Amino acid sequence: MFNMALHVGSTQRPEAVLFWVMAPMAVLAALGMLLVKKAVHSALLLAWVMITLAIFYIAEDALFLGIVQVVVYTGAVMMLFLFILMLVGVDSSDSLVENIKGQRPASILAALGLGGLLLSLIARAVTNVDAVGLTTANTAGNVQGIAQELFTRYVWAFEVVSALLITAALGAMVLAHSERKHTSQRQLSVDRFRQGSLAQTAGLPASGVYARHNAVDVPALLPDGSAAPTSISPTLQARGDIIESAPFELAPSVEEEN
Amino acid sequence: MDISNYIYLSAILFVIGAIGVVVRRNAIVVFMCVELMLNAANLAFVTFSRINGDLGGQIASFFTMVVAACEVVVGLAIIVTMYRSRRSASVDDASLLQR
Amino acid sequence: MTTRTDLVYLIALPLFSSAFLLLLGRIADKWGHFFATAISASTFGIGLYEFFAMRSRSGDFRAATQRIFEWISVGTFKVDASLLLDQLSICFVLLITGVGTLIHIYSIAYMSHDRDRRRFFAYLNLFIAAMLLLVLGDSYLNLYVGWEGVGLASYLLIGFWNERPAYATAAKKAFVANRVGDVGLSLAIMIAFTQFGSVTFSGVKDAALHASSAALTALGAMLLLAAAGKSAQFPLQSWLGDAMAGPTPVSALIHAATMVTAGVYLITRSNFIFDASSTARLLVVIVGAITLLFGAIVGTAKDDIKKALAASTMSQIGYMILATGLGPVGYAFAIMHLLTHGFFKASMFLGAGSVMHGMNDEVNMRRYGGLGKVMPITAVTFGLGYLAIIGVPPFAGFYSKDKIIETAFNAGGARGILLGGAALLGAAITAFYMTRVVVLTFTGQKRWADGTHPHESPSLMLIPIILLSVGSVASGFLLNKGNALVHWLAPVVDASGAEGGAELFKPIVVSALALGVVVLGVLTAVLKYRGTVPVEAPAGSPLTRFARRDLGQDDFNHRVLVLPGRAITKSLVGMDFHFVDGIVRAVGWTLSYLSLSLKKVQNGYVRSYALLMTIGAIALLATIWLVTL
Repeated sequence: MFNMALHVGSTQRPEAVLFWVMAPMAVLAALGMLLVKKAVHSALLLAWVMITLAIFYIAEDALFLGIVQVVVYTGAVMMLFLFILMLVGVDSSDSLVENIKGQRPASILAALGLGGLLLSLIARAVTNVDAVGLTTANTAGNVQGIAQELFTRYVWAFEVVSALLITAALGAMVLAHSERKHTSQRQLSVDRFRQGSLAQTAGLPASGVYARHNAVDVPALLPDGSAAPTSISPTLQARGDIIESAPFELAPSVEEEN
Repeated sequence: MDISNYIYLSAILFVIGAIGVVVRRNAIVVFMCVELMLNAANLAFVTFSRINGDLGGQIASFFTMVVAACEVVVGLAIIVTMYRSRRSASVDDASLLQR
Repeated sequence: MTTRTDLVYLIALPLFSSAFLLLLGRIADKWGHFFATAISASTFGIGLYEFFAMRSRSGDFRAATQRIFEWISVGTFKVDASLLLDQLSICFVLLITGVGTLIHIYSIAYMSHDRDRRRFFAYLNLFIAAMLLLVLGDSYLNLYVGWEGVGLASYLLIGFWNERPAYATAAKKAFVANRVGDVGLSLAIMIAFTQFGSVTFSGVKDAALHASSAALTALGAMLLLAAAGKSAQFPLQSWLGDAMAGPTPVSALIHAATMVTAGVYLITRSNFIFDASSTARLLVVIVGAITLLFGAIVGTAKDDIKKALAASTMSQIGYMILATGLGPVGYAFAIMHLLTHGFFKASMFLGAGSVMHGMNDEVNMRRYGGLGKVMPITAVTFGLGYLAIIGVPPFAGFYSKDKIIETAFNAGGARGILLGGAALLGAAITAFYMTRVVVLTFTGQKRWADGTHPHESPSLMLIPIILLSVGSVASGFLLNKGNALVHWLAPVVDASGAEGGAELFKPIVVSALALGVVVLGVLTAVLKYRGTVPVEAPAGSPLTRFARRDLGQDDFNHRVLVLPGRAITKSLVGMDFHFVDGIVRAVGWTLSYLSLSLKKVQNGYVRSYALLMTIGAIALLATIWLVTL
């Protein structure tokens, strides 16, 4: 890669041209991301901003970071955003009418104030500071320099961050997992046929299926198959007009099968 | 061109992101504005590392990216859960804590 | 100056008796009235004893003092609770206790049907105690305590039957009018203290010799205001007519003989002030002259016998006040008229009470008529009082009133003619309306309402009336014999010097003039009311109607005092409510408004909370920026 930052404190002409071309584009893209109605358009504009920033990183001698920005940030994170947008509703558009009173003017004012403060603070920090440049830091190459720093001075933070990554992945899995509380009808019928025998495939019969007589003179059957004495009128009982229910009780073999 | 122009650009992008968080109603767009703010901070880190000749700025930027990735993962999972229960991705729907 | 030790009992006995009877309650109902009458009689006994003791002493030693305790001692202001009994006070003590005891006896019978009789006697005793304190106090402040006490007793007694709202209102009116006068007395005490450094009579008398005339005039004016309030003189005279709402013994004792004469006592006691300030004296005679004519005119139009007698009292006290403004010798004549008036007015009031007792408490004279035959003793005693008041010789009023008219004429110049003329005119009108009262009540045809059976009153009521009418016959002659009263009072009022002033008319001329106008008045009344008298009051001339409305005194008070007072009160209340309370309410309102506004911040939207966080971050950055500046 060619060194762009040749001069300390100020940049060479090629970098300046690059900056003045890409920076307005980045700002416009960011504003666009703020103002467009469709969420997918916002995502694409943000992707453009990120690519611009990757170009800036490379221009500033942060080669590793620039590539990582493209691969991880734009490639993985923004694509993730797009997938979720598809899930949530691609044509879900935000109505731009504000319903909280005074939110827009207050936020623009606050943001301008914030911007002003930031600018003045930073300006105070960097004016009349001689930029050192990364030539000495990058003597062995940018990747090597970063590796050198990362695995000696910042190794503890590195380990902690990797633990964080694992935790985040687990968290995402837990959150995204959905318990199906109710099974579909198809699944229910499949499960029914998959039971040990076909006996209960059709389920239990409806009431009255096993009734063989007019129930006035035959006692009703209790759930365990025995006769219910209170289902007969006492007059009939006294007259002896009861037909014994014993022959009509369900056979034990049939019950056992059930 | 002064190197500090990068920093001004970073401040502008940060402000735009801040406005977006407060103004937009779609939860995912709000999240994207947060990402924009993080990127603006990254740009500032890289520029400071160039000014001071220390690679520590780039390391910080690296860590920011990692953490941002984790955050995006978990945050989007939350948004999906919210969407599933409520069928709407608007942040204004979570307004039960009023008055 | 002698020191006596029993003066305090004059006050203490009735005071404790009053408290005793009030505290005991219903237990004392059977014997309370006898007890109170006995106490009153015992004070009369002490008074008589002191009188004879005083007479046995010679000139300078006649005045007696008793120091009860040290009352106030604050910085340079020292006042003792002390009593002073001198020649002036003893006249009043005898009058108060004597007439008071007779009225106690009368009330035993008059109030026999009233279940609150015990309370009535307790209040009567309270009045006796307060009035005695008034005349026995040795400083203006001690006098003030008694002054207020008689005001209180008057209020309690006028409103005795306070279940009738009109009576309670009359009591309130009397108290308020008295209060206006009391302000005058308070201011007088304050002026005395600040200008003279002392409030005792002797202290002020010594200081008055080298005091500024402005201070003396102010003091005199304030004392006159106080006297006008208590004695129902112009302009504070509106309460006396309404005060007749109280039981008749009250009217007789308080509003005829004693309380209303307290003003005369005050002016006489302060003679050194009025002698030194001619402006104050001029005010006194003006007030006296106006009131004597005012009362006389009102008295001609009243059909209520008690109100007619009340107007007569107002007029007679006007004579007394007029006399006190006529120089050193006038004081003695004022006191003489006061004492004789006490006898005949009290006897006439008690007689009116006797008539009312027999006529079912009817007060309208148009419903009387021909009572002379049915109530002979009442008629005779009333007649004697009547002759005394109009000034027929040799009855009491002749001596006292004629002396006043004579002294008025002798005041000199235009003032003398005016005052003497006013007094003569007053005498004529007095003769007219008193004759009217007698003719309407005791003579003529019977105009009784259905169901009234007038009868003579019980002896317990008649004996006091008889005793008092003895006084109205004889007292004038006895007090005037050899200028007895003038000489008796001379050390108190410094009448030694000024017998001077040219005599305008010889005394005999004055008496003839007076008698002449009296005869004129009597004849006019007899001719007018001799025939049939309508039971319903006829419309009458505008002057009659105006006189029936007390010459517009209530309307005047209402327009000038009540309505502006109410307007001021309303505006003050409004200011208090809107401004003062408004400030307090504004605090509450501001807080609630603030909380309502702040409530709007918590609208539940995440975005507005995000905005607040942004603003917080800005504040933090700004602080850092400022600190590192």
